[in-house]
Amino acid sequence: MKLSALTPVAALLLSLTAQGAATLYQHAHVATGRGAVLNDASVLIVDGRVRAIGASLEAPAGTTIVNATGRWITPALFGGIGSMGVVEVSAEGTTNDSSLSLGEVRPEFDPALAFNPDSEPVEVARVEGVGFALLAPEPGSHTHGGNVIAGLADVVTLDGRGPHAPTALVVEMGHQGGALAGDNRAGAFLLLGDALEEARHPPKPGEPRRLTEAGRSTLREVLAGRTPVLFQVDRAADIRAVLSFAAQQRVKAIIAGGAEAWRVAADLAKAQVPVVIDPFDDLPADFDRIASTLENAARLEHAGVTVAFSLRTSAPHEARKLRQGAGNAVAHGMSWERAFAAITSVPAHLFAAGDDLGSLDVGHKANLVVWSGDPLEVTSLVQNEWLDGTPRSLDTRQTALRARYLERLTRGQAR
Amino acid sequence: MVVFRGLRARPAALLLGLACAALAQATPSDPYPSTYQAATVAPVLIQGATVLTGTGERLDNTDILLKDGVIAAIGPHLTAPDGAQIVDARGRTVTPGIIDIHSHLGVYPSPAVSSLQDGNEMTAPVTANVWAEHSIWPVDPGFQTALEGGVTSLEILPGSANLIGGRGVVVKNVSAVTYQAMKFPGAPQGLKMACGENPKRVYGSHNQAPSTRMGNVAGYRAQWIEAKSYLQDQKDYEAKIRAGGKAAEDAKPPKQDLRLDTLAGALKGEIPVQMHCYRADEMATMIDMSKEFGFHIAAFHHAAEAYKIANRLAENGICAAMWADWWGFKMESFDGIQENIAMVDATPNGCAIVHSDSEEGIQRLNQEAAKAMARGNAAGLPITPEHAIRWITLNPARALGIGERTGSIEIGKMADVVIWNRDPFSVYALTEAVYVDGALQFDRAHPAAAPRSDFLLGQPALRGDAP
Repeated sequence: MKLSALTPVAALLLSLTAQGAATLYQHAHVATGRGAVLNDASVLIVDGRVRAIGASLEAPAGTTIVNATGRWITPALFGGIGSMGVVEVSAEGTTNDSSLSLGEVRPEFDPALAFNPDSEPVEVARVEGVGFALLAPEPGSHTHGGNVIAGLADVVTLDGRGPHAPTALVVEMGHQGGALAGDNRAGAFLLLGDALEEARHPPKPGEPRRLTEAGRSTLREVLAGRTPVLFQVDRAADIRAVLSFAAQQRVKAIIAGGAEAWRVAADLAKAQVPVVIDPFDDLPADFDRIASTLENAARLEHAGVTVAFSLRTSAPHEARKLRQGAGNAVAHGMSWERAFAAITSVPAHLFAAGDDLGSLDVGHKANLVVWSGDPLEVTSLVQNEWLDGTPRSLDTRQTALRARYLERLTRGQAR
Repeated sequence: MVVFRGLRARPAALLLGLACAALAQATPSDPYPSTYQAATVAPVLIQGATVLTGTGERLDNTDILLKDGVIAAIGPHLTAPDGAQIVDARGRTVTPGIIDIHSHLGVYPSPAVSSLQDGNEMTAPVTANVWAEHSIWPVDPGFQTALEGGVTSLEILPGSANLIGGRGVVVKNVSAVTYQAMKFPGAPQGLKMACGENPKRVYGSHNQAPSTRMGNVAGYRAQWIEAKSYLQDQKDYEAKIRAGGKAAEDAKPPKQDLRLDTLAGALKGEIPVQMHCYRADEMATMIDMSKEFGFHIAAFHHAAEAYKIANRLAENGICAAMWADWWGFKMESFDGIQENIAMVDATPNGCAIVHSDSEEGIQRLNQEAAKAMARGNAAGLPITPEHAIRWITLNPARALGIGERTGSIEIGKMADVVIWNRDPFSVYALTEAVYVDGALQFDRAHPAAAPRSDFLLGQPALRGDAP
């Protein structure tokens, strides 16, 4: 049974064939991740799936009914592009699998095997309403054998299941790409172009080669348009160069970084290339980002560019802060709906996270969060969370530390 | 990218006037004096605002008169003096100017190019002789964005690569060609020290001391011993001068030592000690060390584990300057929790400060405080906005030694004031007007046509759409 998520359904009668547990949240603000917020709406979850969303829903017998007046119900959020599940303590090398430094070109590198669902940053992000993220390798540094072609990125879910199949190829451009390409940003195009050429025309036995057959195979998926390329690039001119390179090579591009994307918004809109930006960017942090502005998101929205958000840092510890960034984008002119979509449905779509993630739709597995208020507001907190159809504990090592020392504090013994 | 937060080592991250015996007994003179001049402006009458005073009070429908650089009157229905500018602030919230106790603006500026990385003198573990002010690039565009976030005063510190990193400086957040023209008149400098991972990593990786935490502590202690001896030599010399006669004639002043001048200043209580320290056990060690040598720690900065020893900090009159939610970037921040600020605050006589250590965070300390407030409330520690505003106003002002002059909306204090378009503890709140000493430094409705930073002035990239 599939019902429209956006049409309020009055007094809906449900034919329940399954006998599982049912939960009905009533009188909530419901943000589906697509389109407007439904006020005074209800969400019915049966057997771990969203069975109905509407103004007034009738619950089957035995349903747990929750009065969610003043609460917000949303899809679980996107945690950004970074090292979710592969970094425990950033500065400790033994816990940090964020980059691959082989000194080789290995586009086929898939970081999924490094993913640790028991990682504390995963748990901490999860209890803050984050349900999925894009695990993307860092390019590494020149001195440590890093490469412009960093490898594949995977959607990871924070429900214990771990990574999906690879969904994009990560390529570093701009000055950081240049540092890995003979100290010249144009060199990054050269290296990537060479690699794509080798994939198109595999070397004959005895001919020199840079790639493995697996690497060529990965790049053929890129050339076939099945794997998009996530270009990490900020400067307006560099973005334009990427657009033209992508058109010439016929690869599907997604821009990540995009600090100056607003300056080439018309080109991006015309080429239908989406942009993943950090909504906090507003300083000329380097010479690639001179025109950084908090209005980047609003201007891109206005120009019709598809916008998703990610913090610039790859640290998974900060994934929970992304919603604050979306709130700041709203404060600086973006519509609430598009800002919220930029941390839910848009990244889910861009990275092919699957139907169940990024939006709240009838029939989907419950991947949803009940908030104390507007989820973009810094004072709003998670009250309940469902991932992969199951209600989740909100306990972490951090809440255990809090409990231990709060108890000592109240006894006057914290010393 | 592995981010070593708190160190800011990006790739490359009192003198008693002894030269003149007459000065020996008292006031330290500043050879790099403040040239800051508050702008002369007409009085401003802010009308009908909700005022969070910074002293814990909330005043509704209240007027504030800014006159001659100070807060001249507070109350309902004040009379505007002749020539006063009237600002209708009904529906708005007014707070004291925001104060960041921990910033590296100007010393790690934007753009973060290698030639402007001037925040850590990473050539020796003790560089008490260096002054952060001598590294400040006043052009840093981060000053403007911080101003737009309501920041009127900030302390710019050396980084944390060293055990003793040098002197910090308090500045007013005004546009200037020189740092002296920003320097907060009469504010004490600060002494930056660092516990834990950073010094031992930086020097240990060069096979140099310190390479361990015990090496760190031995390193500080050796310095304090020298500083005490230096101070004693000065006292002996002063005593001889005072005695007069032959003793005075023969007396030789101790040779000036910039490093020991700084440490002696801390021992005399003239330079507040601002100590980067994350772990509870290390903070406890530092407290013992401060007692061993007789100096006072004004605040532990970062203090990720302050919640574990909140009572001890309060008993010793030490503030903790913290982030709302940073954690896990290195081992000593692994136990950081979001209730840290609220738990320090909830301790009797506790002093909680929200700091940034970030060019991004300094722009929205109101949001950082809001997050900490919400966490406290959820943990059963009730915190009101009028209380939480202290974390980013009066508490840092006190820890910086400027609490008698700014940090709250009280009559006679500097007219450092922010008008917010709504509750500042909302993510959607923006500053509408920021006053420093009564002068309007930022006006969102009438932004300056040109950027303040010379670096941004005339930049082709800022002209709009790419050609």
